[in-house]
Amino acid sequence: MSTASLGSRDAKLPDELDLLIIGGGVMGLSIAYNLARNHPGALGRVAVVERSYLVSGASGRNGGGLRMQWGDAGNVALMRESIELCRHLAQELGINLWFRQGGYLFLARTESGERRLHRNVAVHEQVGVPTRLLAAREALELVPQLDVSEVRVAAYNPEDGVVFPWPFVWGYAARAIAHGVAIRTHTSVDALEPDADGGYRVTLSTGERLRAARVINATGAWSVGINRGLGIELPNHPHRHEILSSEPLKPFLDPLVVDLETGLYFSQSTRGEIVTGITLPDPPGLVASHEVELGSTLRFLSNVSRALIRVMPIARHLKPLRQWSGPYDISPDGDAMVGPSPDHPQLIQVCGFTGHGFMMAPAVGRMVARWLATGESHPMLERWDPCRFRDGRQLRREDMIIG
Amino acid sequence: MSERTFVCRCEDVTVSELEHAFAAGLTTIEEVKRYTGFGTGPCQGKECMAALARELVRRGLATPAALRPFTARPPAEPVSFGALAAAPDPYVDPLPSRLHADPLGDADPLADAQEPPST
Repeated sequence: MSTASLGSRDAKLPDELDLLIIGGGVMGLSIAYNLARNHPGALGRVAVVERSYLVSGASGRNGGGLRMQWGDAGNVALMRESIELCRHLAQELGINLWFRQGGYLFLARTESGERRLHRNVAVHEQVGVPTRLLAAREALELVPQLDVSEVRVAAYNPEDGVVFPWPFVWGYAARAIAHGVAIRTHTSVDALEPDADGGYRVTLSTGERLRAARVINATGAWSVGINRGLGIELPNHPHRHEILSSEPLKPFLDPLVVDLETGLYFSQSTRGEIVTGITLPDPPGLVASHEVELGSTLRFLSNVSRALIRVMPIARHLKPLRQWSGPYDISPDGDAMVGPSPDHPQLIQVCGFTGHGFMMAPAVGRMVARWLATGESHPMLERWDPCRFRDGRQLRREDMIIG
Repeated sequence: MSERTFVCRCEDVTVSELEHAFAAGLTTIEEVKRYTGFGTGPCQGKECMAALARELVRRGLATPAALRPFTARPPAEPVSFGALAAAPDPYVDPLPSRLHADPLGDADPLADAQEPPST
């Protein structure tokens, strides 16, 4: 393995770039990898610039769940493609992704939750995804440790799964570099100035100045800062999401379990830990910030503990090992923002994934790379148009935002 | 140390895996942690972090002054979910916490906290 095969602060950047990808997270790296591998030469010089190290943001902080169980056919099909890609990705990237298809088990404890699951399963059937409704006792057969006394119905798709997020990022980075992409870490983009020809003059924190014909903003929860510097107003904003992993246990839990009413999710990683988080609204009166905030709280620990014990009582004796947080990049309608920015056609947004970017990255990277290289669109790209908010188009609202 | 020597016993990270990380150009403790998974097990880096720091310095990949430990993750002491469930949420959970922590009423939610540390 050659030096800096995973990107470094010393990686040389060309002065003139055809495409600058800002953000060395899973989204930016998946796009870089898919461009270099599937469309070699289509875009010329491509570089990724990351302000910190490669798994420093949300890509290194998420729970690693991948599910087809969405409320909308477009998302279901997209995630079926992402999971299908994951089946072969470890071989393709030459790295162990700890991919395990144990399924996702959604539990509904209320009538409205029950209706949601019935509706979802009908959508999944249309798309051709093998989700099925389970009675409480069938859910108990899958996970005997559950307390299903309150469960009205469950939904289970055996092909959903979990991964260990970190190796994805390293795998994409290593293969992108092997295909000629430059990856510079520990360097931030200090200024982007539009050029007369539609491209951008770029000033880096090192003092270097580059030119880029096209720029991708793949900085997730940090994207607001870059956009505002150019006068681009998009309605996404950062949200701190907490998560924890427990002491490792012998494998006993196949599916990732979601309690629909609390937004609790928990799974067992291939390393044996229980990884769990919960929907935790911001404290009342908190002013929404456009700055990314991290940090861990006792409030999260107590809420997730209560919800976890209610669904799986034996967890009361288990101990969390480590807790941390990561930034969601929240979009008001739950749909991502991917494509040319309002009034900035050469600045491509790939953000607003609302806590689900990691699972979508394999499919999105392929789709965006194809669009960049060939102009081929996709129904999801039309839906994800960042201009939809300005144009006041009818917005849909995804029902299955979990966590 | 042989290449089979375990540097991180919790997560089974060997010297050989550190070699891979160094060869790939990763020379900060935080990056090596995220590449190998070292330091993320029950000891939380208490055993392995110094060993990695020494290796980075010995090989001239980092200076002692530039080395930074990875972020320490709470909780500092292992506490069971049962005990943690007893802590109230000041925003949404103004009721006495025991009612929520222990809906079945069959155990003291704080009992686990007084158990001796497991080994």
